[in-house]
Amino acid sequence: MSSRNTILASLRGTQRTPATLPEVPLFDAGLPPALEKFKETLAGMGGIWADRSTDGDLDAQIRARFPDAKVICSAVPEVAGTRRIEEVRDPHELNDVDVGIVRPRFAVAETGSIWLSEVQYQVNALGYLSQHLVALLDPADIVGNLHHAYHRPDFFAANYAVLMSGPSATADIEGVLIRGAQGIRSLTVLPAPRVRVSG
Amino acid sequence: MKRVDHVRASREFIADEKHIEFHDKRLWALRTLRDEAAHGIEEWEQLRSLASGIKEHTLTHLADYLEEFERNATSNGVIVHWAKDAEEHNRIVHEILSSHGAKTLVKSKSMLTEECAMREYLEPRGITVVETDLGERIQQLDHQRPAHIVVPAVHKLASDVSRVFSKTLGTDPDNSDVHYLAEAQRDATRPLILNAEAGMTGCNFAVAETGGITVCTNEGNADLSANVPPLHIASIGIEKLIPKLAHLGVFIRMLSRSALGSPITQYTSHFRGPRKGAEMHFVLVDNGRSARLAMDDFWYSLKCIRCGACMNTCPVYRRSTGLSYGGVYSGPIGVIINPTFDLKKYSALPFASTMNGSCTNVCPVKINIHEQIYKWRQIVAEQHDLPFVKTQAMKVAGKVLAEPALYRAAIKAADTAVAKLPRAFIYNPFNAWGKQREVPDAPEQTFRDWYLKNRKAK
Amino acid sequence: MKVALFVPCFIDAFFPDVGVATLELLERLGCDVDFPLEQTCCGQPMGNSGCEKDAAATEALFVKNFSGYDYIVAPSGSCVHHVRDHMTAVEPTAQSRAVRANTYELVEFLHDVLKVDALPWAEFPHKVGLHNSCGTLRSLRTAKMSEINEPFFSKPLSLLRKVKGIEFVTPARPDECCGFGGTFCVTEEPVSARMGQDKVRDHKQAGAEYIVSADSSCLMHQKGCSERLGLGLNFIHIAQILNGARS
Repeated sequence: MSSRNTILASLRGTQRTPATLPEVPLFDAGLPPALEKFKETLAGMGGIWADRSTDGDLDAQIRARFPDAKVICSAVPEVAGTRRIEEVRDPHELNDVDVGIVRPRFAVAETGSIWLSEVQYQVNALGYLSQHLVALLDPADIVGNLHHAYHRPDFFAANYAVLMSGPSATADIEGVLIRGAQGIRSLTVLPAPRVRVSG
Repeated sequence: MKRVDHVRASREFIADEKHIEFHDKRLWALRTLRDEAAHGIEEWEQLRSLASGIKEHTLTHLADYLEEFERNATSNGVIVHWAKDAEEHNRIVHEILSSHGAKTLVKSKSMLTEECAMREYLEPRGITVVETDLGERIQQLDHQRPAHIVVPAVHKLASDVSRVFSKTLGTDPDNSDVHYLAEAQRDATRPLILNAEAGMTGCNFAVAETGGITVCTNEGNADLSANVPPLHIASIGIEKLIPKLAHLGVFIRMLSRSALGSPITQYTSHFRGPRKGAEMHFVLVDNGRSARLAMDDFWYSLKCIRCGACMNTCPVYRRSTGLSYGGVYSGPIGVIINPTFDLKKYSALPFASTMNGSCTNVCPVKINIHEQIYKWRQIVAEQHDLPFVKTQAMKVAGKVLAEPALYRAAIKAADTAVAKLPRAFIYNPFNAWGKQREVPDAPEQTFRDWYLKNRKAK
Repeated sequence: MKVALFVPCFIDAFFPDVGVATLELLERLGCDVDFPLEQTCCGQPMGNSGCEKDAAATEALFVKNFSGYDYIVAPSGSCVHHVRDHMTAVEPTAQSRAVRANTYELVEFLHDVLKVDALPWAEFPHKVGLHNSCGTLRSLRTAKMSEINEPFFSKPLSLLRKVKGIEFVTPARPDECCGFGGTFCVTEEPVSARMGQDKVRDHKQAGAEYIVSADSSCLMHQKGCSERLGLGLNFIHIAQILNGARS
């Protein structure tokens, strides 16, 4: 018998009394205003909320924020950057990226998380090999809590998806908090309403 | 297999004041953060019940959910393998790597791969395995197993890490700055990730409805290991199954809050299918889990979501470290799981506990850990594997305490001994009580004597 | 109401004053209390050592001695926890089930059954650290557990608050186990002693003069540690304070 069938037979042979599956509520009564809550939890996770510059020039704002950046790789139409993600064939090419620019599909107020998949990244490694990440987030895309997040159909359309909450971190050595343990050293979120195409 | 001597290991650790003071304080701090997080959610106890209920339902229908998971994963383009034990898991992983000519494997944390002793299998076969989690990497380079399932090097001070890294990564032996050490590991590991032909992750949750898995890290090292090399292998314990995507709402809300007191890990990653031009493999592993499911008293331990909260709250764990349990799993969850792997080797572990019950209270899936510890003691005794209390002594005690006259004579003898013997007789190396504690004074009369004198007139 | 007093073996042997205080207190509160003379032990030492089966005869003796009472009261949380939750070596008859269900720890009995609302004879003008043993706290549920998100309540505290002059101080870790744990205290001596030392040092730094508990076993262990460390702490059972002890 194959291991598969051995295992399945072994499990069925235990004849454990079946337990009922409980219903899970959404727990969304009285949730605080989403944008305010998101800013608070994002900061708690080590992320940075940056208000838009008065002239609204994203490229300029990003260049001013990262003056030493040589490679700014953009996956969004609103920011030109120095390299377009569309030109990248292989994840290894992204190792020299100083700043990656992405637009999450949605965010979660409860945990300060942004959601990205290969649809938004195009090359997933953009979120992990870059030294810094800037996320353009439409405040209307913020949902209240994780229960709402996990009811979204976006998960079913993605081979890879991440809830990213702040930058890479660890406290493995003596409990000292390190930002930029393996992945991005900083995550900056900028409000940028999504361009909604009518028709 | 030689029996693990938890007492000896704990004695050595406690003698090192700097290390025990830090270890105990650090893990108590995590327990405190967990309390703040739990008390900040009104529905916390309800979430625990839901999490427990979802897991019990899934485990009692596990074969069906595994088949559903396999069907969906396969139609997503994932190649699914089944391993009945550790040896088969390692063979399968090796075959996948060999067939791709992969010589270097970067991986994120997986207790299952530790359980299977995967590195020990792959390395002699020419595969270089690189742990990317900082704590795991420290332990790997120091040739020690992880001491905690969430913070693997929690027992080490920065100076210990500096010693390890200066020998293996070439860092300055006089520099114990944590930022310096972490940056050194980042710099050393990045090229290994870029050059690796394969990446491996563990799995926190496997969702039957989507055929995908969820992996939670704070460093993003699972995302690096899976998204850079062209081959991703995930090792999945069969008990990791949950029915629906929506159930992740419950578990992800509880996991990091229980482990570290933060609302979520920095990265909660969902893998459902391979990238274009890449390959994804899932290895479903039994290794004793179906046998454990058959154990009426102990199958509840399969609910475990590996949060480590039980370790953080356990007063014994904090004062002895995970290494003193001598197995892959330590602390309270280790006490109830390890004996299923080797009863004799781990027969002392159920006694490395005061059965205080704090672990049961912090467990997000309501495993009745301390009750299982009591039950394991009965099994160890039945198998004549009691580590210290002689079975004979308990038989004698059972007889004396069942006979009022015998009992009264024994009490009198004990009281006389305490009252009359010189201090040197009482406080000697054989009297464990007296090593670090004063012995109670012997009273002049027992309660029964007093009662007969003062009340029996009725 | 027929009440029987169960005085656990180590209290009979080492802390008879606790038994005396318990009896006097129950009598003061209007109970007619029997003390079955042939009682010995509840079976906990064997059960906790994994030798449940060796406890059968002892447990049968317990059931025999305490049958026919409405309440069996004991000044020991760990023993009552064993009787109610782990006394399974004895044959499960209607009689043994009744005895087990009717066994109460002293604080439980005073709070839930007698519903004591005043202790006019009690005065204890000292700074007191309350130690809730793990048995009373997590098994018998006599107070809120720090791990659980539940409203605050404490049966021992509500009784002690009726004592004149008493002042409470709280340690940094209010319900961490003190490390007695039955045979654990000698089989895992290094960890046990360290836990006890940490516990008494915590109470000391909080300003306690006395540590009070409903469990003499914990008190015995903590006192042993405290004396060896020379901390100058005093230890007293809750029965003694509620019965009017001044020190």
